[in-house]
Amino acid sequence: MEKKLKQIYEWVDNRVQLADLVKFMSKKYVPVHSRSIWYYFGGVSLFFFIIQVVTGILLLFYYKGSSDLAYESIRFTMSKVQFGWLIRSIHSWSANLFILSVFIHMFSVYFEKSYRNPREMTWVTGVIMFVLSLAFGFSGYLLPWNELAYFATKVGTDIVGAVPVVGDPLKYFLRGGDDVTGATLSRFFGFHVALFPGIFTFLLIVHLLLVQRQGMSEPMHLKNTAKEEKKTMPFFPNFMLRDLLLWLVVLNILAILAVFFPAELGLKADPLASAPAGIQPEWYFLFMFQTLKFLPAHVFFVEGEVLGVLLFGLAGVLWLLVPVWDRKSAKGQQNRLINYIGIFSVMFIIILTIIGWVLK
Amino acid sequence: MDKTEINKAEKNDRRSFLKILLSGGLAGFAAITIYPILSFLNPPKQTEVEVNSVVVGKVDDIKPGDSKIFRFGNKPVIIIRIDENNFRALSATCTHLDCTVQYKKDEKIIWCACHNGKYDLYGKNVSGPPPRPLDKFNVAIKNDELIVSKEA
Repeated sequence: MEKKLKQIYEWVDNRVQLADLVKFMSKKYVPVHSRSIWYYFGGVSLFFFIIQVVTGILLLFYYKGSSDLAYESIRFTMSKVQFGWLIRSIHSWSANLFILSVFIHMFSVYFEKSYRNPREMTWVTGVIMFVLSLAFGFSGYLLPWNELAYFATKVGTDIVGAVPVVGDPLKYFLRGGDDVTGATLSRFFGFHVALFPGIFTFLLIVHLLLVQRQGMSEPMHLKNTAKEEKKTMPFFPNFMLRDLLLWLVVLNILAILAVFFPAELGLKADPLASAPAGIQPEWYFLFMFQTLKFLPAHVFFVEGEVLGVLLFGLAGVLWLLVPVWDRKSAKGQQNRLINYIGIFSVMFIIILTIIGWVLK
Repeated sequence: MDKTEINKAEKNDRRSFLKILLSGGLAGFAAITIYPILSFLNPPKQTEVEVNSVVVGKVDDIKPGDSKIFRFGNKPVIIIRIDENNFRALSATCTHLDCTVQYKKDEKIIWCACHNGKYDLYGKNVSGPPPRPLDKFNVAIKNDELIVSKEA
């Protein structure tokens, strides 16, 4: 057995020189310090993404993307297909945990200023993937074609329409017409299972190659420490095994949540029914939703909602470009402003999410 | 044996015990992950209603020399009006590779377009790849209605 495996390895090695790769992997070290724990959230996010791909493909075996059949096909999956309820529940829970993990990963990178030279491209690809994750969540939410999804999509696309100039055509494009109909469902289905995964996978490959090529970023306070005093750990197998162990733990948590709190289906969407009381977007949109609610109808000459959307858009662009305007961190100097902005953002998101949750 | 050798033997015992425990646990975990996935992929049985006879329509719906394909349960069946008084019903599924056959009026044969299989009007395979004759069905006329049923 071992001999056979060795032969196969040598056969491949002869053709593609695996030895170089092994040498690269064995020379790769991960810094060990008090903040090493944050290194793991990128890997956890990756794990959730893999789970989403696997369970998503499984769901595609039974899902029918049309307004007449979508709801019924999911009901069929959940009631007739063996473990159908479990696969759907895992897809739904893993989506939520994925976004949570991505939030943590992104903010830890931000606070460590790991986006600074030479890792700007890693940051930019990451932020775009974060936005795509939210888009994944938004588009996937409509696919069961239930009451909540229907109204969430109506409200969500309506907010897009508030953007000046491009808003209306964009809203028309997203909905596939004036209203949220079966045409919207077909589009969102295409976005969710083809367009977004394609773009996301490309960005993910670039992101991961950059991480492998450049290695992990070290906290700034370690730059004056002598090389001999720094502690490290081999990436392979030490760090990778820790990664895998954490994945196993995460998989167990996911399974417990999916089994004991299974995803519900609700009522089928009915364009003539009224919106149910207490309707809310998913938790990761709640802080934006709540902010828009708090804004007055008019601020000077601008409509409150338009102002809100523009401010969030501006904040997003600044967030994406932080490696450009944070000049100090790139030079190795401390930049307290970054910390204050980060703390403000975290507090803002947490407080408004809680308010949105309580006020429902 | 001296002390170090005993220690070594104990260490080896412990190592192989842990090896079995961990690889067994991992194999178990893999099994409980793969089992739901395989079960999920297995399509659920759809309840099929057992059909024994089907009313095809009025006798005059099919002109002499014409044919019609209709559903018998989930399968297509072809009925041919050979002349004024003779009807014949046969399974329309080619015995070669599952295509649906058609009646060729000019040649008076049943023909499968996929691989040029030919059957005579009794359903017997006469040329081309079909390995078996087409299954036969009974035709009865009651109150001017065509009723096709399974051969007993």
